[in-house]
Amino acid sequence: MNTIVCSDVVKKFGAYTALNSVSIEVPEGKIFGLLGPNGAGKTTLIRIINQISIPDSGVILFNGRPLKREDVYNIGYLPEERGLYRKMKVGEQAVYLARLKGLSTSDATRELKIWFIKFGIQDWWGKKVEELSKGMAQKVQFITTVLHRPKLLILDEPFSGFDPVNVQLVRDEIIRMRDEGTTIMLSTHNMESVETMCDNIALINKSNLVVAGGVDHIRREHGNNQMEVVYRGDAPAAFSSEVFSVAFDEEYKGGRRALLDVVKGTASGRVLLDLVAATEEIISFSELIPSMNDIFIKLVKGE
Amino acid sequence: MNIGRINLVLGREFAIRVKKKSFILTTILTPIFFAALMIVPSLIMLNDNGDKRQSVVVVDKSGIVVPYLKDSENIKYTVSDTDNLEVLKSDLRQENSDADILAVFSELDENNNLSLATYSVKQINGDAKNAISHCGDDAVQAYKLSKYDIANLDAIMADLKYKVKVNTYMISEEGEEKENSNEISMALSYIMASMIYIFVFMFGNMVMQSVIQEKSNRIVEVIISSVKPFELMIGKIFGVACVAVVQFLIWIVLTFGIVSVVSVASGIGSDPEQMVAAADATQIIASGDMANPVADITSSGMMSTISSTLGNINFPFIIGCFLIYFVLGYLLFASMFAAVGSAVDNEADTSQLTLPVTIPLILGLFIMLHTFQHPESSLSVWASIIPWTSPMVMLARIPFENVVPMWQLLLSIFLLLVTFVGTVYLAGKIYRTGILMYGKKATWKDLMKWLKF
Repeated sequence: MNTIVCSDVVKKFGAYTALNSVSIEVPEGKIFGLLGPNGAGKTTLIRIINQISIPDSGVILFNGRPLKREDVYNIGYLPEERGLYRKMKVGEQAVYLARLKGLSTSDATRELKIWFIKFGIQDWWGKKVEELSKGMAQKVQFITTVLHRPKLLILDEPFSGFDPVNVQLVRDEIIRMRDEGTTIMLSTHNMESVETMCDNIALINKSNLVVAGGVDHIRREHGNNQMEVVYRGDAPAAFSSEVFSVAFDEEYKGGRRALLDVVKGTASGRVLLDLVAATEEIISFSELIPSMNDIFIKLVKGE
Repeated sequence: MNIGRINLVLGREFAIRVKKKSFILTTILTPIFFAALMIVPSLIMLNDNGDKRQSVVVVDKSGIVVPYLKDSENIKYTVSDTDNLEVLKSDLRQENSDADILAVFSELDENNNLSLATYSVKQINGDAKNAISHCGDDAVQAYKLSKYDIANLDAIMADLKYKVKVNTYMISEEGEEKENSNEISMALSYIMASMIYIFVFMFGNMVMQSVIQEKSNRIVEVIISSVKPFELMIGKIFGVACVAVVQFLIWIVLTFGIVSVVSVASGIGSDPEQMVAAADATQIIASGDMANPVADITSSGMMSTISSTLGNINFPFIIGCFLIYFVLGYLLFASMFAAVGSAVDNEADTSQLTLPVTIPLILGLFIMLHTFQHPESSLSVWASIIPWTSPMVMLARIPFENVVPMWQLLLSIFLLLVTFVGTVYLAGKIYRTGILMYGKKATWKDLMKWLKF
């Protein structure tokens, strides 16, 4: 089941095409990474899902049926350009934003109290936003985004402005919400968090969808079919195999490390068999999978 | 459109403004100011009569003035038994002196004219000076006439003594005659139209600032992920409208409340008509320097005509029209101000874009300055029907009785309403795109382009 399905979405601003027939599928209960360089069209797509913009053509399905106005109550959106009313008190403001998402005042207040305790910010209820630091305001902003327990949570650079401790706090909350069944769309330039958090990604570049799919699958797809073996020994072992050739073999921390060019489609066990035939003292063996960062740069630069 | 969400936005816009200290202060202080404007002149008028009579010591060297000295409510004459000015002047300086003014009429000169010199410790007031010099005028006039040796002079003089009494009546369609004072209508016309202009400008700007603030706070995208941009704009415009209307109502109630309490307490009289009369006489004084013809009546003491005219003015009708035209005019201009606000990142950039919005508003003000003197000119008629200028100009025409036919009024309101609906629709389209545009300074050309997005 997909929470969001976009089919052939086109959006133009005058002569400029912001989205050129983009199709993506966001599976339910997973974390979906929406990647792309600045100006690629990510924000336009996110705004279309949030019904802030209307696409020129294309279909968007929410839970399998066409998106309708009421669905905004089931979506939580943390835009990249975000802020709060500076002169309004924190509690009052959070309740207002929750009511806009369809919560009653009493429900909103009750839920907010729970979140404020969880984030350790109970004392801020009566403070004005202008009295808070940027990081503090970000916490409040995050809470107001997730308070109404949306089915779909769209987070655009959610970690910006947080210190490492709070990044971990927010990250844990996102993982917890996913485990509880929330679908999460994450737009970020932080590739490390894409690798550790996302199940699927889509990469948009210059208004077009470049690649989409599972993170592991994409990383393996874009690998160079190389494997690495570290083994004990003073001299290079006499490897010979039909499924790989040795690219180089070097000294490495008192042992040796060899890089293998493997014939495409070979199972790692098959490679290991040939390795074991030459040396029995294997310390580590791994497939060399490119980082998301490398893949991103490679795809965006069009290599 | 979702009314529930609009109400939420409206509620917030209303609440944050009403809770502001500045709102509470102006809402309370303004009626005190209005009330003071109404009450103080009536108190002065009352006190005028109760003022201490001025005692005038007269030295009549000509010998003809004394018979013409007539004591009045404010002045009591005493003919001095000495001609010694030095003594009289030093008497005047004494603290417990009975005399306030020393008036010396000179001897008649070769042309049988005389001159008057007055001495006083305090500044002599204009009324007293006029009264004293009138005595001299009368005496000289009578003396000169008597020199012509005309028979039956006294009878002729009595016959000549006549002052034209002016009564202004309006004939209504039913043929009923009403006393009317044109100046009152002019004053009302000027005041009403100016108020519309000021308040439309003030509250329209408030909407624009609110839009800019949301944009520069960067909260706007969060909000429009829950609320349609059009709903946000409408909620904002109507929220500020509610603030304005509530403020007006509080002003009206408080002003009349304070005026009646103070009037009863100070004994001005609790007769409401009298109060209204006092109130409007004040407004006339207040606007006297702007509208010269109006200023005359206050000095000529036509209070009775004023109050009878005021009795004939249809205040509920005028106040009703004021509210309708204020609300519609505000809605029209506020939606344009909202569109402009959406196109800029900060207030400094607004000046260039607001020009096309403010020009019709200012044009309306200028036409109104013509209309309150010529309510029936064709310029006045057309400008009161064409939207944009109609809120100011129609309000300048309405206080004049039988000037605005019902069809013109209804047509004008209808056109204003239709224009508002059309404008708010277009403004919504600009707003929708504008609030998400950052960085680039927008021009009206860009705004027109956004209409198509």
